[in-house]
Amino acid sequence: MTQVAEPEVTRYVGGGLLRKEDPELLTGQGRYVDDLSLPGMVWLAFVRSPVAHANLTRVDISGARNLPGVVAAYSGEDLAGEFTGPMPCAWPVADRTMPDEPSSDPRVPDHWPVARDRVRYGGEIVAVVVADSREHAMDAVEAVDVDYDELPVVLDMEAALADGAPMIYEQFGGNRTYTWSLANGEVDRVFAEAPVTVKERYYHPRLIPNAIEPRGVLVQPSPATGEFTIWSATQIPHILRTLSALTLGIHEGKIRVVAPEVGGGFGSKLNAYAEEFIGLAVARKLGTPVKWVEERSEGYLATIHGRDVLQDMEVAATEEGKLLGVRVSLLADMGAYHQLLSPIIPILGAFLYHGPYDCQAYAFSCTAVFTNKTPTDAYRGAGRPEAAYAIERIMDALARRVGKDPADVRALNFIPPFSEPTAVASGVFFDSGNYGAALDRAKALVGYDELRKQQQEGRRNGKLLGIGLSSYIEACGVAPSQIIAALKGGAGGWEAATIRCHPTGKVTVVTGTSPHGQGHETSWSQITADALGVTPDDVEVLHGDTAISPLGLDTYGSRSLAVGGTALFKAAEKIRAKAKTVAAHELEVAEEDLEWVNGRFQVAGAPDKAKTIPEVAFSLWTAHNLPAGVEPGLEETAVWDPPNFTFPSGTHVCVVEVDPETGSVQIVKYVAVDDCGNVINPMIVDGQVMGGIAQGIAEAMYEEAQYDDNGVLVTGNMATYRIPSAAELPSYTLDRVETPSTTNPLGVKGVGEAGTIAAPPAVVNAVADALRQVGVEFIDLPVSAEHVWRAIEHAKEGGQG
Amino acid sequence: MEVALLRRIACTVNGVQREAEVEPRQLLVYFLRETLGLTGTNVGCDTSSCGACTVLVDGKSVKSCTMLAVQADGTAITTIEGLASDGQLHPLQEAFRQHHALQCGYCTPGMIMAGLGLINEGADMSDEAVRLGLEGNLCRCTGYQNIVKAIQDAAGKLRGASAPASAGTGTGTAGMQGGS
Repeated sequence: MTQVAEPEVTRYVGGGLLRKEDPELLTGQGRYVDDLSLPGMVWLAFVRSPVAHANLTRVDISGARNLPGVVAAYSGEDLAGEFTGPMPCAWPVADRTMPDEPSSDPRVPDHWPVARDRVRYGGEIVAVVVADSREHAMDAVEAVDVDYDELPVVLDMEAALADGAPMIYEQFGGNRTYTWSLANGEVDRVFAEAPVTVKERYYHPRLIPNAIEPRGVLVQPSPATGEFTIWSATQIPHILRTLSALTLGIHEGKIRVVAPEVGGGFGSKLNAYAEEFIGLAVARKLGTPVKWVEERSEGYLATIHGRDVLQDMEVAATEEGKLLGVRVSLLADMGAYHQLLSPIIPILGAFLYHGPYDCQAYAFSCTAVFTNKTPTDAYRGAGRPEAAYAIERIMDALARRVGKDPADVRALNFIPPFSEPTAVASGVFFDSGNYGAALDRAKALVGYDELRKQQQEGRRNGKLLGIGLSSYIEACGVAPSQIIAALKGGAGGWEAATIRCHPTGKVTVVTGTSPHGQGHETSWSQITADALGVTPDDVEVLHGDTAISPLGLDTYGSRSLAVGGTALFKAAEKIRAKAKTVAAHELEVAEEDLEWVNGRFQVAGAPDKAKTIPEVAFSLWTAHNLPAGVEPGLEETAVWDPPNFTFPSGTHVCVVEVDPETGSVQIVKYVAVDDCGNVINPMIVDGQVMGGIAQGIAEAMYEEAQYDDNGVLVTGNMATYRIPSAAELPSYTLDRVETPSTTNPLGVKGVGEAGTIAAPPAVVNAVADALRQVGVEFIDLPVSAEHVWRAIEHAKEGGQG
Repeated sequence: MEVALLRRIACTVNGVQREAEVEPRQLLVYFLRETLGLTGTNVGCDTSSCGACTVLVDGKSVKSCTMLAVQADGTAITTIEGLASDGQLHPLQEAFRQHHALQCGYCTPGMIMAGLGLINEGADMSDEAVRLGLEGNLCRCTGYQNIVKAIQDAAGKLRGASAPASAGTGTGTAGMQGGS
C-alpha cells in the first residue's frame, strides 16, 4: 500500500496571526497603573534634590505636614527603619581579568531609597510627602525645606579618574568603579606585527529611554494579614517581588506583584526603584493604599539612563583588510549609584566587539566610573549597541585604509556560514549564522552597486549621497545560569511556563515572561496551538501577576521567546507525553503504535483511530478510566535554563542625503535584513525590527541627555530632549535570513533589540560616507544637523573633521 | 490656602450629556480620566509633547492636556472609548489592528484620535502629509510606519476611495515608500 502524506493541518507558527492583545488596547480598555484607584488611596510625591552633589544639612518637613490634605511627610531619617538594607544591585562587578577570579571586592555604594545625609545626583529623593490627592501632594512638595551644602561635582569620566578629582565616595578612594578585562590570543604581538592598524575613539551619548507610559506604582496593604499587592509599571514583577521582600523585610509569600498593562519599557522598567520600595514602606506605615505616578520631567531624572560610553577601538589587519585582531578599551559612566544592573551593562557587549568577523586575537577592557548623574542601566540593546557601533564604524575606517569597498571588507572577514555552535575570537560560542547571506540580500534590496555608481557621479540636487552598512551581531536569550554564575551575577537565567488543559478542551498557558508590547499572548498561543493540536483562540495566556504566575524571571534582553517560549515548548512536550499514555490506553494500543499527526495521536496505519489532546484532557479530568499510576488532570510546568545565548545578526543599509549648506541629514532609504532564527509571528517580528530601527535612528541623529557644568540636566523634559516623530523618520524595507538557533528546540534567537543595535552605525557610516566628499575625515554620534554642519565648516577651515 | 471656586460645565462626551463642577485649573485630560472615569485617554508627558492625550473636540483633534475643562463647556468630545459601536471596532481601530500599528498601546488612543482628526479634516493622505500630521504624537514602539499605513488605509475606507498604501508590514516591500 502506498503511503500518501496527509495534508498538513493549519500550522500557526510562522503565520502573521493578528494580535490578541489589540482589541482591548484599541478601545481604551487597557488598564495601566495610572488607570487604577482604590478606596482610601493616598498619593505620594517626592522632594528631589535640585543640585547634583551636596551634603544635606537640614530636611524640614514640618511645613508640608500642616497643609490641607497632607497625610504624612517623611525625611530619609524618618524612613530609615523601614528598610533592611540599601537598594539591591543584582550584578556587582569587581576588578577582574577574565577568567581569573576578582582581585578585590566590588565597590557597591549604599543606595537608600531616600537620601539621608548626602545627595549625589540631581533628582535624588530627599523627602516624601503623602496627601489625599495628586494635587495636594504636589503642593506639599513645595513646602518642604531643605538646606544643601554643595560639593564639587564630577561629570566628565576622564576628569573623574584624574588625580585630585573630587570624590563621590571617599571610602572607595576615587571614582573608579571597576576595571574588568578579557583577552584571548596573542593580542600585543598581533598588533605589534600587523601591517595595518586602525584606531578610533567613539563616544556613545547618554540616552533617556522614554517608554511612553511613565513609571507608576500602587500598593494595597492588608494590615490584618500583613499582605501587600503592588501594581507597578514594571518589566519584572517576579524579581520585584523577591527584592521587595528582601528590602522591606516582608515574607515573600505575602507580596503579590502585578504588572498590569505596561506601556513600553526598553529596559527602563527592568529595575527595582526607590519609588516602589518607598510606596511599599509608606503603605505599611499608614495601612492604606498608596499611589505614585511619575511626571515625565521627573522621570528624566529618576528613571535610569542608558549608554554614556567612551570607546578606544583598534583593529589590526593585513594589507588586504583581513582582520587579525580587535582591541577595545571602554570608559563607562555608571552615574551616582548602582541601580539593579548598572555595573554589568557595558560588559554585556564584552564578547561582541569583533562583530560577525573572524580574527585571532581579541582584547576587551572596561573601566566604569562614578559621576554625579542619574544612574545608567539597561536601555534597549544594553552593551550590544555600543559593541556593534565600534566594530561597524572601524570596519569602514579599515576599508578606507586598505582602499576597498566597505561591503567587500565585511564579506572578506565574515565567519563562514555555520549551523553548529562555533567558537569565536572572544571565546564564546555563536549558535548559528550566515552573515554573507544577509549582506548580499541587503545589497540587492538597496541597489548597492547602482548607489555607488551614483555616488561617483557626484552630488544629487546639491546633496551629498552617503551609504552606510552595519553588519551586526548581538547576544540574546539571557541567560544560561552557569554563565551568569561565572560572571558573578546574583540570579539565574531560566524561565518557566505552565500549560493547563481544561475539561472543556480549552487551554490556559501561564508564562513567567512579562510582556509590555511584545505580543506574547499571540505568539505563545501560536506555539501552543501547534504543539497541542488546538487553535490559538482555544488558548488563554496569563502573565504579569505573581499570584497567577508564581514562577518566572520576566522580560528583558530579548529573552522572552528564546527562553520563555522554549519553556512553553517543553511544557507542551510534557503534556503530549502524558496525553499519549492515556490515548494509548483508551485506544488499546501500545504507546509505540501511536504517532502525532496533524495535531492528534493516531494509530499507525489506522488513521481513523485517534485521540485529540482535548479528548484526553476530558478523560484525565473525569479520571474514570486511567492507566495505572497516572494522576488525574492534565497540567504541566517546565523550566528552561538555556545552554547558551542566542546570537541574532543581520545587515542594515542606510542611504542618506546630506545638505552641505545646512548639515541636515535626510534618510532616503533604509534596508534591514535580519536573522532572528525561526520566526513565530512575522508581523510581530517586523514590528519589533521597525520600532528598534526608529530608536536606533533616534540615537544616531537626535537624542542626547546633556548636563550643564553644575550637573543639571538641561534636556530635562520632552520638549528639550528630542524624540523623533513620524515626520522625522523614514519608511523601512525589511527582509530576513533564517538560520535556526542551535540553542533551543524552537530555533529562535530573539529580535527585540536588533534594530536599535544595528541602526546607529548604519546611519553614522552613511553620514560619514557622505561627508568624506567634502573633506570631513571623522564624525561621531549624534549626526544632528548642527554637529554635521560644524564638521563641514571645520573641514572647510582645513581641520580634520 | 484658598478654596478654589468650582465652575459648572456641560458637554457631550461620546454622545452622552455630562455635567460637572470642576476646578478652574483642572485640565481637560484629568476631567475625562478622573471625573468621568474615561481612562482610555493617557498622559505621557508634562510638556504637551507626546500627544497620548489627544481627543476630538467638536471633531478636531486636541491634546487634552492643553485645554482646561472649563474651556470644554458646550463642546462635543469624542474619546477612544467612543469609537467602537455594537462590539465593532471603528474602521480606524480595525486598520490599526490589521496593520500592527500598536505594540504597548499607550500612545494608541491619542494616535488614533490624531489620525481621525486628519481624516476628518480632509487632509492629504500621502506618506509625507500623514507623517507631518502626526508630528505631535510620539510612539516609542512601532517606528510609525504601520501607523501611517493604518491611517491611509482607514481614510480610503472612510472616504470611500482607495487608499494609497498597500496592506501588510514591511517584509518584502521592496523599494522606497516615501517617508521623509
